[in-house]
Amino acid sequence: MNRKQKPKTKKSIEEKGIVRVTYIFLGLFVCLIGYIVYFMVCKSEDTINNSYNKRLDSFADYVVRGDIKTSDGKVLAHTEVDNSGNETRVYPYDNVYAHVVGYASKGKTGLELQGNFYMLNSNDNIFVQTYNDITGQKSQGDNVVTTLDSTLQQVAYDALGSNNGAVVVMEPDTGKILAMVSKPDYNPNTLASDWDAIISDTTNSCLVNRATQGLYPPGSTFKILTALEYMREHPDYANFTYDCDGTLFIDEYKIDCYNGNAHGSVDFATAFAKSCNGAFATMGTMLNAGSFNKLCSDMLFNVDLPVSFEHNKSSFSFNNGAGTFETMQTAIGQGKTQITPLHNAIIASIIANDGVLMKPYLIDHIENCNGVNVKTFKQSEYGKIISENEANELTTLMRGVVTEGTGQILSYGDYEAAGKTGTAQYDSSENDHSLFTGFAPASDPKIVVSVVVEGEGSDGTKGVAVAKAIFDAYFSR
Amino acid sequence: MVNILVKLSKYVITLLMAFYTFKCFSVFRHNSDKAKNRIYKEQNAIMYIIHFIAYLIIFIKSENINVILLYGAELAFFIMIIALYQGLYPKCSRLLVNNMCMLIASGMIIITRISFDKAIKQFIIVAVSSALTIAIPILMKKVRSLRNIYWFYGVIGIILLGVVAAFGASTYGANLSIDLGFISIQPSEFVKLLFVFFVASMFNKSTSFKQIVITTIFAALHVLILVLSTDLGGALIFFVTYLMMLYIASGKAYYIFAGFLAGSGAAVVAYNLFSHVKKRVVAFLDPFKVINTSGWQICQSLFAIGTGGWFGMGLYNGIPGTIPVGDKDLVFSAISEELGVLFSICIILVCLSCFIMMMNIATMCNALFYRLIGVGLGTMYIFQVFMTIGGGVKFIPLTGVTLPLVSYGGSSMLSTLIQFAIVQGLYILRNDEVTYYEQEAEAED
Repeated sequence: MNRKQKPKTKKSIEEKGIVRVTYIFLGLFVCLIGYIVYFMVCKSEDTINNSYNKRLDSFADYVVRGDIKTSDGKVLAHTEVDNSGNETRVYPYDNVYAHVVGYASKGKTGLELQGNFYMLNSNDNIFVQTYNDITGQKSQGDNVVTTLDSTLQQVAYDALGSNNGAVVVMEPDTGKILAMVSKPDYNPNTLASDWDAIISDTTNSCLVNRATQGLYPPGSTFKILTALEYMREHPDYANFTYDCDGTLFIDEYKIDCYNGNAHGSVDFATAFAKSCNGAFATMGTMLNAGSFNKLCSDMLFNVDLPVSFEHNKSSFSFNNGAGTFETMQTAIGQGKTQITPLHNAIIASIIANDGVLMKPYLIDHIENCNGVNVKTFKQSEYGKIISENEANELTTLMRGVVTEGTGQILSYGDYEAAGKTGTAQYDSSENDHSLFTGFAPASDPKIVVSVVVEGEGSDGTKGVAVAKAIFDAYFSR
Repeated sequence: MVNILVKLSKYVITLLMAFYTFKCFSVFRHNSDKAKNRIYKEQNAIMYIIHFIAYLIIFIKSENINVILLYGAELAFFIMIIALYQGLYPKCSRLLVNNMCMLIASGMIIITRISFDKAIKQFIIVAVSSALTIAIPILMKKVRSLRNIYWFYGVIGIILLGVVAAFGASTYGANLSIDLGFISIQPSEFVKLLFVFFVASMFNKSTSFKQIVITTIFAALHVLILVLSTDLGGALIFFVTYLMMLYIASGKAYYIFAGFLAGSGAAVVAYNLFSHVKKRVVAFLDPFKVINTSGWQICQSLFAIGTGGWFGMGLYNGIPGTIPVGDKDLVFSAISEELGVLFSICIILVCLSCFIMMMNIATMCNALFYRLIGVGLGTMYIFQVFMTIGGGVKFIPLTGVTLPLVSYGGSSMLSTLIQFAIVQGLYILRNDEVTYYEQEAEAED
């Protein structure tokens, strides 16, 4: 008995061990194959839709690039094929959609880049495709249908006029971007012939999409965040008062109110509505740098925005060791803070949507060349950034800007707008940028508008005027 | 018309490969030799068809008449190697032979498509290596003293690795090969085998604590030299193989955990100490951020796999030539691009089938020495497969090891063929020896 059992035990222990080792590796490979499947199903489209991926270009040998359209069916980009098979990319609206649509020659930008994979992929009838394949003809690529609204885009484009700057219009409850304008612009139809001139003109840099990549000092629009931080740290903020004589002195530093206006005795809401620099600089000195930084990173400063197109990060830095002057400057949106017009739209959107940010997006769905929907991009929530209560409080403050403050020209509209204006100094000269970010109607926000007008801050109202044109157009239909 | 043929072929090839793979596993359900042999024959037939279709497409697309000659030579080689193994070793594992041929065929197809000249070289290597290795099972039967020359394995291994670390030419940032002028050799490929023999013979002698300590020190020395010569993939393969062999020899699972902890600690140290380790990790975490530098390889690999899709672009419809080391470390991505991810997953399953067979053979061996050799070679093989494929799909950081039998490269091919031949030898010899268990049991009586 003993003789037979003993050897079995020792050998069977080893055998069990070998089986265990086998299972360990099989488990490892189950994970690996699972990951490959996950990659193919969930990640491959985003991964391969990259301008570095030369393989997509080879798709163009078999497929005619699809169209880019607005949500109301206007064609923004289209490939014309002549009798001898030469393809030309045509942009019927010339400069109006230049940055948001981008270009597909000289590299790819904008939607031409973002939607590249889809437009070079054909979901046409499989029999037609097979027929094309056999006869050596190209299939027609799918169309990218955007969230853009042709009316609002045109209005925004016209309202900005000959000024440089940018406009972003979006729906706060869905994240759909309805309009995106950047100036100076270029004509994508003549890009190839204008290329050298555009590249050599370094002062205008008209290829840059200022709406998503332009970094501006936020100016007084930043007071939204200063106000929120002050409210969080001082629950008795309603009792705040400040006596404004146009200029604030702390230590040897001086902060002027806009044009040296004396606002007189102001409370918290009035200080916000009139954009009193003295009041906000004072609040700034009463804030905790740590929690202010936390608020700003929650509000997406210093991080990538949750969008799937190219953009720049906004920046905010404020240390406990910052001097008094830097503190005051930061509180009124000067200092080192920089923001993109898209980001300002996002901040207004968070407030308009009860503290919840819906990820901004540009591509609504993909349809095949016969107009059949083949893929819909769902709206998605980024998260709750501030409380509903805080959002309501800020809405009230922003509504005050329109009813009794710096945004009063918006009160002529019957759409109950709310917002915050800003004039931002960007150099020592008197040429200020004019900014606005806000939404309407305050009680049930439908659209958010963010505007930057470069070098037009002399009367401080240009940004609001552009926003007004957009609100007027949106609510008149 | 040609295009439709190419498109059709990729579906047919995927389907056939799926059949082949299915048979790799379904064969275990049958007990009768007759049924098994039928399945093996079917596998051979499927392989010949895949091989034929692929070379037909390559010929049509490349319009290179020499492709026909290469095809003929390869076909003759496969027929011969299968017949030789059956004739010389009726007791050999035909599943391993079939899989070996299938993997070589897949590699030859993609290498020919990328570069005909390299394919010729690769085929010569395959043919010569096969001729050299086919006698190994016989030799194993004749030479019985293999288990007694442990210091030979250990010392030669260390010397070879040391020489490469000191003088080796740098291939893609890793000191891997010695250039002899007419041919460049990667000694680490062969030291892998010596290492397995070293560990197996040491533990065969004794598994006392003292013996384990001595062996571990020597094993660690191997790993250290590889890390210093920046061959991280190689270092990890040695490390994991050693842990598994130690576990089987000692029967103590805590060695694995202890080794895993030590390995993690060493990884952290290596990350902080060596810039090339850090670079790989950075490229792994967000390759698109560093796409112009260290992320280039992995990004190209992901582009290839993703763009190819489930069924691939079809032969000659992709650009596998733009994948860095697309015929070597990233051959999996090149195959995925043109033959499809489904085909590639089948390749993984075929590799797993080899592994399961190797481990199965290990359990059948009566002698501890052979058993340890089986476990060592099996884990070494499959872990290398895991490293190269996992790296190529960004499941783990890219470490730059080849896919055995598929990747281009002489040293890797020869060493893997030796490995497979040794496992065949184990399978043939499995019942030949009186077991040490019986001796042990008798001694205790």
